[in-house]
Amino acid sequence: MGPSRRLVAGLNLLALLAMLAAIYMALVQAPDATNIVPEIRPAQRIIYFHVPAAWVSMLAFLVTFLASLLYLRSSHVRWDIWARSSAEIGIGFTLAAIASGSIWAKPAWNTWWTWDPRLTTYTIVLLLYIAYFMLRSAIDEPGRRARFGAVYGIFAFLSVPLTFMSIRWWNTIHPVILDPSADFGLGPGMTLAFVFGNIAFSILYFALLANRLRLEWTVERVAALREHLL
Amino acid sequence: MKRYLQVIWAVLWKDLRIESRTKDVFTSMAVFAVLALLIFNFAFELRVPDKAMVTPGVLWVTVAFAGVLGLGRAFITEKDKGSLAGLLLAPVDRSAVYFGKMLANLLFILVVELFLLPLITIFFNVPLITPALLLILLLGTIGFAAVGTTFSALAVNTRAREVLLPVLLFPVMLPVLVAGIRSTIGLLEGDTLADLGNWLQLFLFYDLLFLVVAFLTFDYVVEE
Repeated sequence: MGPSRRLVAGLNLLALLAMLAAIYMALVQAPDATNIVPEIRPAQRIIYFHVPAAWVSMLAFLVTFLASLLYLRSSHVRWDIWARSSAEIGIGFTLAAIASGSIWAKPAWNTWWTWDPRLTTYTIVLLLYIAYFMLRSAIDEPGRRARFGAVYGIFAFLSVPLTFMSIRWWNTIHPVILDPSADFGLGPGMTLAFVFGNIAFSILYFALLANRLRLEWTVERVAALREHLL
Repeated sequence: MKRYLQVIWAVLWKDLRIESRTKDVFTSMAVFAVLALLIFNFAFELRVPDKAMVTPGVLWVTVAFAGVLGLGRAFITEKDKGSLAGLLLAPVDRSAVYFGKMLANLLFILVVELFLLPLITIFFNVPLITPALLLILLLGTIGFAAVGTTFSALAVNTRAREVLLPVLLFPVMLPVLVAGIRSTIGLLEGDTLADLGNWLQLFLFYDLLFLVVAFLTFDYVVEE
């Protein structure tokens, strides 16, 4: 069974409020960055969307990985629904992170795209999960589709940290901000909007996931009913 | 344990004998590799100041593309002739079947690499045949064959069959390609194996991790 209608509605409302607050904090409440030239200060505010989108995409792929493991253990259709729903949302947030990064890169690096290793590897992550859905769509039998999807979901996620390592050893011009000890490299007042942005995007992720799960369960039920009636 | 090794050997020997009679895989991989080298040569001729600069990329891209061509065949004949069902019905550990197929693929790709290295040395005038580079190629190819064998079994059971294999394989293979190209660049610029410590560790970690995962998941891939 999927999440109840009430849970989905509650999460939707919560996500709406959190995202409105996050937009307000990112665009109005957070102070201007002072350590960069004034022309790119407005562009810097992309960080409040770009980083949360990237974080949520990774969270989504982690959920796909865990659900894939659970599917192989139990062969329960529930975990296949979790895996494919989360991977789909992950692709959406990956695209959001790439697009927002590209918009920021134009004023900051004076180019929409560079073959910086981090950008390249993030694109590879996108391709991994596009391949995941290509694999799934090329299989007709539901049991095999779920099983193969789970196997690929495990391989795909395991290769992500290795790719990450290989880029760290390559020189990168992408700013490293995942350093909590340095207050994420942000000034006072900015950290609040940054952390809140991450929380809001996470809530949005769970709301989307709940909607997706409910929809997929309905699809399963319709298929079962059709089987039963025909 | 002895029985396990016997099964691996039996599967490997079967594949080698099939290959020695049909020569399907080796011929297509080798001819493809030569074609790729010629195309690269045309693409870079007179445009690159020093061919040694592009050799590492040429080597690894050719190996990856030729390798994926061979891997795509690994389960096609098994599937079409119905011998895969026979292999799976045999009262043996399925992971032994995996290792047999994987070793056969590894050998095919290694033979193509040994054929390719002198050709690159001649066409690109870069001395490539050194013990250090052979080690790097071996490490890269183990990871390639480990993941490729499992994915080949995945792809053959889909509608798209081997067309899907490169799409599945290359993004997962990226760390190996990066490590392979970077360490080949290092070796050509005079680094020793000791200077390449990081990349060697990445190779070893990747090879071990994906061999174990492929070994653990192979059952689910061939299950009917």
